[in-house]
Amino acid sequence: MPAVSKGDGMRGLAVFISDIRNCKSKEAEIKRINKELANIRSKFKGDRALDGYSKKKYVCKLLFIFLLGHDIDFGHMEAVNLLSSNRYTEKQIGYLFISVLVNSNSELIRLINNAIKNDLASRNPTFMGLALHCIANVGSREMAEAFAGEIPRILVAGDTMDSVKQSAALCLLRLYRTSPDLVPMGDWTSRVVHLLNDQHLGVVTAATSLITTLAQKNPEEFKTSVSLAVSRLSRIVTSASTDLQDYTYYFVPAPWLSVKLLRLLQCYPPPEDPAVRGRLTECLEAILNKAQEPPKSKKVQHSNAKNAVLFEAISLVIHHDSEPNLLVRACNQLGQFLQHRETNLRYLALESMCTLASSEFSHEAVKTHIETVINALKTERDVSVRQRAVDLLYAMCDRSNAQQIVAEMLSYLETADYSIREEIVLKVAILAEKYAVDYTWYVDTILNLIRIAGDYVSEEVWYRVIQIVINRDDVQGYAAKTVFEALQASACHENLVKVGGYILGEFGNLIAGDPRSSPLTQFHLLHSKFHLCSVPTRALLLSTYIKFVNLFPEVKGTIQDVLRSDSQLKNADVELQQRAVEYLRLSTVASTDILATVLEEMPPFPERESSILAKLKKKKGPSTVTDLEEAKRERSADVNGGPEPAPASTSAVSTPSPSADLLGLGAAPPAPAGPPPSSGGLLVDVFSDSPSAAAPLAPGSEDNFARFVCKNNGVLFENQLLQIGLKSEFRQNLGRMFIFYGNKTSTQFLNFTPTLICSDDLQANLSLQTKPVDPAVDGGAQVQQAVNIECVSDFTEAPVLNIQFRYGGTFQNVSVKLPITLNKFFQPTEMASQDFFQRWKQLSNPQQEVQSIFKAKHPMDTEVTKAKIIGFGSALLEEVDPNPANFVGAGIIHTRTAQIGCLLRLEPNLQAQMYRLTLRTSRETVSQRLCELLSEQF
Amino acid sequence: MIQAILVFNNHGKPRLVRFYQRFPEEIQQQIVRETFHLVLKRDDNICNFLEGGSLIGGSDYKLIYRHYATLYFVFCVDSSESELGILDLIQVFVETLDKCFENVCELDLIFHMDKVHYILQEVVMGGMVLETNMNEIVAQIEAQNRLEKSESGGQ
Repeated sequence: MPAVSKGDGMRGLAVFISDIRNCKSKEAEIKRINKELANIRSKFKGDRALDGYSKKKYVCKLLFIFLLGHDIDFGHMEAVNLLSSNRYTEKQIGYLFISVLVNSNSELIRLINNAIKNDLASRNPTFMGLALHCIANVGSREMAEAFAGEIPRILVAGDTMDSVKQSAALCLLRLYRTSPDLVPMGDWTSRVVHLLNDQHLGVVTAATSLITTLAQKNPEEFKTSVSLAVSRLSRIVTSASTDLQDYTYYFVPAPWLSVKLLRLLQCYPPPEDPAVRGRLTECLEAILNKAQEPPKSKKVQHSNAKNAVLFEAISLVIHHDSEPNLLVRACNQLGQFLQHRETNLRYLALESMCTLASSEFSHEAVKTHIETVINALKTERDVSVRQRAVDLLYAMCDRSNAQQIVAEMLSYLETADYSIREEIVLKVAILAEKYAVDYTWYVDTILNLIRIAGDYVSEEVWYRVIQIVINRDDVQGYAAKTVFEALQASACHENLVKVGGYILGEFGNLIAGDPRSSPLTQFHLLHSKFHLCSVPTRALLLSTYIKFVNLFPEVKGTIQDVLRSDSQLKNADVELQQRAVEYLRLSTVASTDILATVLEEMPPFPERESSILAKLKKKKGPSTVTDLEEAKRERSADVNGGPEPAPASTSAVSTPSPSADLLGLGAAPPAPAGPPPSSGGLLVDVFSDSPSAAAPLAPGSEDNFARFVCKNNGVLFENQLLQIGLKSEFRQNLGRMFIFYGNKTSTQFLNFTPTLICSDDLQANLSLQTKPVDPAVDGGAQVQQAVNIECVSDFTEAPVLNIQFRYGGTFQNVSVKLPITLNKFFQPTEMASQDFFQRWKQLSNPQQEVQSIFKAKHPMDTEVTKAKIIGFGSALLEEVDPNPANFVGAGIIHTRTAQIGCLLRLEPNLQAQMYRLTLRTSRETVSQRLCELLSEQF
Repeated sequence: MIQAILVFNNHGKPRLVRFYQRFPEEIQQQIVRETFHLVLKRDDNICNFLEGGSLIGGSDYKLIYRHYATLYFVFCVDSSESELGILDLIQVFVETLDKCFENVCELDLIFHMDKVHYILQEVVMGGMVLETNMNEIVAQIEAQNRLEKSESGGQ
């Protein structure tokens, strides 16, 4: 038997490996492996018990076969058996096999756990180390269940060897990562924190890793680690490199531990204790100072170790974001690295600057490096570095440099690596939208994007440009003209055809006056691309054609001919065929009015989070982009808060305020400028400052009004945007009404102005007092307005409630009749039959009586009728009328100046489905009005 | 955390594959191939960091690698690791191999796979950096060798 030692190793294994290496073909190799697998299998199954050496040899062979990419489905049991050996080498190979070829067979796991348990209890540090390694390498939930309670004890026990402590710390960290719920916090946590003071730097490093992860989830529990970490760091940084002996790496004292400590400190805000804080600042300054010292070695390892610490220190400075002095130094340091000859450092500097760009203290400082970064984009040989440059340009972009950055990104896109084109497209689209002051620039940019990298322009991007053009009427004409020109190119990307088709279908009329882009020219231009396009694009174009029929009656014939052609009507694609058939039919049968209604201009899109941004988040992982965006937003709010020169391109129409977040991310969506899209709306807008411009009453308003005659609460009006609810109470001649305005959209209403309009007549008789409401109504929010009401004298008309606001790009104007009616001031009066008829007779003057005979509009239900009469406000008098089918009521209308007694009698005629209603009051106008109001109710 | 440590030669033949995150075996093979292709097409003397391939998790992970003669050493790590720190760790690992094997070469990795694993285990444990002090690592390996010798001597 050959001696097992380093150098010769296992002969059988060496022979096998040599055989494999000598195989001339893949087939020969597979054959040799299968032969070996069969051999090992038979050895394992054989009757003769294998000695430890053979088992070890075979396990090594299996590991080698596995490395070559072959599945190993046996040998686990043999490996488990090795675990219980008392020989170190056998145990070791058993654990290695299990760690590499993890198997989830539960019976096996039970056996493995049992072996681990024994080794942990063995008090043999070597065996304990192997067991801990195995737990950490497998890190399964079953192992966490079995050992998560035990390992903290080993970690903090006073007699545990340093190397075992190290392993235990990392083992616990691994279990916490996979199953945090199974690792109990407890007394051991404070003792773990004190490991930061341990003599052995390896133990400190492992403990720092553990504490960093635990502190992220339980910051309170590990708060005391901050001061300990600062003092440890301070001792390292200020030490002469020789003090730390073995942990000095190429003249840098304990670089890994320093990095870990700086990471731990990034779990916390700057220390509150001024002494600790001062000490930390000294450390950070010392690290920054060392960066300027000449290197102690020419070796790359020296500079790597030194800079690893430096970058981590800079990360901490950026994380704290509280010391402007350090931030500026960090930024300058990174600026130096941007031009460093080491590619790695340029890469890391670009990456760190991305986070620095989101700090308000240093954003401006980062911006000064724009030329260097653009140069990196143009000249770096390494795509990884160029990608970081793109990220940094994106991060440092604001309104002042957006045009330059977008232009650079666009020109880079022409030669960019395919792997990152889509991401750049998304970034350009987002920046162009976000920082567009002049939307013609936005439209140009997106069309350029499609021209340069059409294949990488995802649906989200071209949907978005259409949403924006539709919502912003100041750019529609320009967009139509630009797409028309872009479509002239003989070969243009299909995405351009989509955008062009959609925009000309909506806004082609805006350029139709120019003979060069007459309706027929527009149509022929689009149709020349039709046959080269995919089915979805053709479907879109067919919709454009039918829109043309509406916009330009003069091309109707041409378009009908196209729709009628066999290639459309008999198209194999069912969607295209259906569209062709339906559009042809629609264009033939529908009147101009109907066509105009069906094909009305698209309503504005509700403002929402940009779909592009959502896509970028998805692509890059939510955390990175969100943080950046959040930070950017905060910053941009800040930047815009200060005085800023007005952009030269500001046009006469009011542009959105610079702080408006065009992506719909901010709380306030942009206040769209310019007139609303339809010319009808334009008129309203012109007059909107005067109340006389109130819109005609909303449809259905009369019905709703009638419903409120007999009740006080409910929904008065509702459309897709707005809901108006009422709640009111009346006593004698006074009343109070609460009007609730609910914003049904997710977008804020702006300039929200409800106005109560009373004619002069009404004003004299009805006094209404109210306060204006907040002009901004958030999406989904409800605002209320209280109206104090006094009835001065009897009245007939009802006040009109007019609401005007801006929603998305359009002006909204709604008017409804407010149900404040005379009967609201009724006080019911109970009286006996005799009294009733006596008073009835007293009011026999012909002017005092008003009678109405009308057909029933609702089923003639006695109980409903009673409820309505009570709701109307009068008392319902039972057993008064000799005919029990009749209803009689009595009450007094209260006004400031008078009280008016009222008697009423309602006689249903079931057979004829008719009612006769008689009102007798002391005042003719009151009788008249009450009769009108009540007769509408049945 | 370190997700995986991959060592392969200039032809993409794996020489050491260690995953600290569970992947099915065939995915492990695919990750090795994907990583090899990502690294192979890069010139020497450019940056040592790149974004992870799609199989390992894409841009949330970085590949940090070094190329020594015939071998690529690639560490796949998440954002909690310092790039330059890992770069030095690769150097520590290779220098340790060199000390243990006396002028390590590709063949040592092939014929002493178990040894290579044991050395790696002294540096990285369960995806976390265990020890960075080369003397400490070498001392541990020498202790192992002594144990091994004493056991084989007793046979």
